[in-house]
Amino acid sequence: MGLDIEANKKLVEEILEAYPDKTKKDRKKHFQINTEETKESCSCSLKSNVKSRPGVMTPRGCSYAGSKGVVWGPIKDMVHISHGPVGCGQYSWGTRRNYANGTLGIDNFTAMQITSDFQETDIVFGGDKKLEVICREIKEMFPLAKGISVQSECPIGLIGDDIEAVSKKMAKELEMPVVPVRCEGFRGVSQSLGHHIANDAIRDYVMGKAELAETGPYDVNIIGDYNIGGDAWASRILLEEMGLRVVAQWSGDGTLNELQVAHKAKLNLIHCHRSMNYMVTHMEQAYGIPYLEYNFFGPSKTYESLRAIAAKFDATIQENCEKVIAKYKPQMDAIIGKYRPRLEGKKVMLLIGGLRSRHTIGAYEDLGMEIVATGYEFAHKDDYERTFPDMQTGSIIMDDPTAYELEELAQKLNIDLMGSGVKEKYVYHKMGIPFRQMHSWDYSGPYHGFDGFKIFAKDMDMTVNNPVWNLFDKKEKVQPEGASV
Amino acid sequence: MSKERIDIPDYSTLFTEERYVQQRENKKQFEAPCSDEAKAEALAYSKSAEYLEKNFERKAVVINPHKACQPLGSVMAALGFEKTLPFVHGSQGCNSYFRSHLSRHFKEPTPAVSSSMTEDAAVFGGMSNMIDGLQNAVALYKPEMVAVCTTCMAEVIGDDLSAFIGNARQKGAIAEDFPVTFANTPSFIGSHITGYDAMIKNILSQLFDRSGQTAAPGTGEEGEKLNVLLGFEPYTGNFAEIRKILNAFDTKYTILGDHSGNYDSPANGEYEYYYGGTKLADVPKAANALGSLVLQKYTLKKTQEYISGTWKQPISSLSTPLGVKATDKLLEAISQLTGLPVPESLKEERGRVVDAYTDSHPYLHGKRVALAGDPDLLLGLIGFCLEVGIEPVHILCSNGDVEFDGKKWKEEVEALLATSPYGSEATVYVGKDLWHLRSLLINDPVDLAIGSSHVKFAAKDAGVPLVRVGFPIFDRHHMHRNPIIGYQGALNLLTLIVNIVLEQLDNNPSGLVDLVR
Repeated sequence: MGLDIEANKKLVEEILEAYPDKTKKDRKKHFQINTEETKESCSCSLKSNVKSRPGVMTPRGCSYAGSKGVVWGPIKDMVHISHGPVGCGQYSWGTRRNYANGTLGIDNFTAMQITSDFQETDIVFGGDKKLEVICREIKEMFPLAKGISVQSECPIGLIGDDIEAVSKKMAKELEMPVVPVRCEGFRGVSQSLGHHIANDAIRDYVMGKAELAETGPYDVNIIGDYNIGGDAWASRILLEEMGLRVVAQWSGDGTLNELQVAHKAKLNLIHCHRSMNYMVTHMEQAYGIPYLEYNFFGPSKTYESLRAIAAKFDATIQENCEKVIAKYKPQMDAIIGKYRPRLEGKKVMLLIGGLRSRHTIGAYEDLGMEIVATGYEFAHKDDYERTFPDMQTGSIIMDDPTAYELEELAQKLNIDLMGSGVKEKYVYHKMGIPFRQMHSWDYSGPYHGFDGFKIFAKDMDMTVNNPVWNLFDKKEKVQPEGASV
Repeated sequence: MSKERIDIPDYSTLFTEERYVQQRENKKQFEAPCSDEAKAEALAYSKSAEYLEKNFERKAVVINPHKACQPLGSVMAALGFEKTLPFVHGSQGCNSYFRSHLSRHFKEPTPAVSSSMTEDAAVFGGMSNMIDGLQNAVALYKPEMVAVCTTCMAEVIGDDLSAFIGNARQKGAIAEDFPVTFANTPSFIGSHITGYDAMIKNILSQLFDRSGQTAAPGTGEEGEKLNVLLGFEPYTGNFAEIRKILNAFDTKYTILGDHSGNYDSPANGEYEYYYGGTKLADVPKAANALGSLVLQKYTLKKTQEYISGTWKQPISSLSTPLGVKATDKLLEAISQLTGLPVPESLKEERGRVVDAYTDSHPYLHGKRVALAGDPDLLLGLIGFCLEVGIEPVHILCSNGDVEFDGKKWKEEVEALLATSPYGSEATVYVGKDLWHLRSLLINDPVDLAIGSSHVKFAAKDAGVPLVRVGFPIFDRHHMHRNPIIGYQGALNLLTLIVNIVLEQLDNNPSGLVDLVR
């Protein structure tokens, strides 16, 4: 099976014609058509992790979004200050659905917007003094908070505030970690640098600072699961059923203590490689903890991952692993039996952060769906190298595509489903193309693990097969030349 | 339909299953959680009068504010004009946030681009980003105008928009005569409403200046009789309602800044970047109108100064006209500006709403409510409450402070409250946030909270039902499609509120349920 390589090359070139020359030349480097050769060699000439072109409606966010929105925000028993003007914290408030147990405002601060609400005077005179007062007031208002993180917005770096010094002082005074995070939005080219900066701050200020009462041979960490719609819980349950002991969950439903004791585990299991690879590579070097990438989207990948995880342990765990698979397989077969006939052959395009565009492929394929084009907002070269082998030949792989490029591709490839985020969602609704939010599961989930796959399958069927799509008063679609599917 | 039934619990029930409850307990051994006693104590403390006092003493930290930042308002303002592309000059993350925030409220796309400034721009300035950005944006999205606003980054480094845009023209990135309007909208000043005002004012003044015409109030043709400005308007239905009202008057008018098309467009299999909006050519013509009708006077402060100062027009300044009396005032204002009598059809509609009020009043009378929102919306809501016998108790405005001449707003609110015995219980909190409101709701309980989706956390903690009105409403569908202004809007608000009260009654602790109300 495969798509027409030449036709898709031509299609991409045609789409790029709309740009001014300089931008056309640049954007061309961000597309690649999968071939037998790239599938095997994983070699990619595709440009990634570089600046977006100005003026083109990139789907990307910023460093602050990567740090506060993704990595730090879900750590539930710390208060995360959106340090700077009011907007950043307001817009990232509760939008990623990182579920966490606990009482909001008492021992869980995830779904809150705590900000220094910078005014002009703070810009002129600096906000360090104010930050001190804020830290004290946080201690006063939230006596059970275990720590504070200071998530810098753009002005902090620009006006030269010394949040490190303030944090140090306040950590001492308040007797708890106060972590400065230099995640100003202008740093780097996307959210991605924010993940890295956030990881470094965890490494420098939190890691290794507490001990585990007792360690065991089956101690593992879940790294890079943000518990969107409860994903980490649906993953954890399988690991625990298999006999492993999950010590730390980073960072969905995570706690300061888990961050501090994670270095005592025997193995790091990393789901979102893009956002936390920095962490596991550091822990491998510093503490000798090996890591394993896994993928709990869809039963095929979940079986594969469970077995790969079990292979790192002894026969007991391996037997348990087979038992877990045997227990859930009939349920998964039933789900596939029900939904696959309704979804077989449906063409999907994906544009998601830095991982799910490849991680979810298996889940779609389990349902008989075909990925014709996929791309990332903020992936790096290694992400693409991992993507090529999972895609069929002739499929289009793209980096930081603009809204315009995606809309053209969606129409010309005649897709049946688009998976991306809320900025894209309603555009596809207008076009009459079924759409699922793949950043935050669209107020649904979990999607990870076996419990998650049931919901994933139901959601995809709901999206693709809902009768509303038949009500469109659409113009007759003409298959343009160059489209290969 | 398959006869075979597979039960698929989702997040709302899955995690109540025993195995997940067990997991939750098990995880605690690694969480180093606070003891149950400590948690109970902290929870009780957070609900105490002592805590309320401390909460109101805090000077620096802001917790759950009910406001967003300037450029968000500017993006909305730009989308009110025909084929206008909002262009956010600064870090691209801001633009992504504005697009997603507005899209979550309206459930519609928000086209907007950014100049994607990064570290090098922080050092050298964002001019090349602006030049390339304008060229790309115009080539790709084919707007007829670009409306540039700034983020805090561009403002802190002091980028000169006018010079940059000029240079973009000189370098041929955009044509000499292509309109690029702009506004400085640092996020550390004001809020979404000030940003809305700044952009509307600048679009009006810059398009007017370009036209080279002089203002001549009252000389316009039929089309330019009356200008209408709704402000930072989260309800697309309100645009339809004001149109309905003006059409009933049989007067011609121009809505200045009409984003309703962009945020209420049909799904017909094709996506266009631009739906509706005020025609660019209508903006200079608007300088010839008889007068301007402003429906969010605190939001549109600078815009009004411009219209009265430069266009020399009379302005009728209102706050969001919610309820019968405020709508009466709206109609009087239209009458005054146009010289036309209030049409019979609207008088009849008024009567029907008053009829509905009388039917519902037993369920509303004496209900104590908390209100949170933007300054003009709050004035409207208070007016509505007072005329149906609802008693506002806590009135909270996060963004009604300094830049809004807070004292003046507060004075007007207090004067309005003083007009009715139902207003005697109220206290107005300017510049406070929703964590303050939580303390108030717990310590001085009310029957209902009225405000945006963000109010739901405080309302939930206090066990008070929330009536969703304002911006943003993320967690309910289609609220913005129904008007809340005008007589029809009064009826809609009444329906919304009274039915929440009735639903509460059906869930009353006695278990006694009435069929007839």
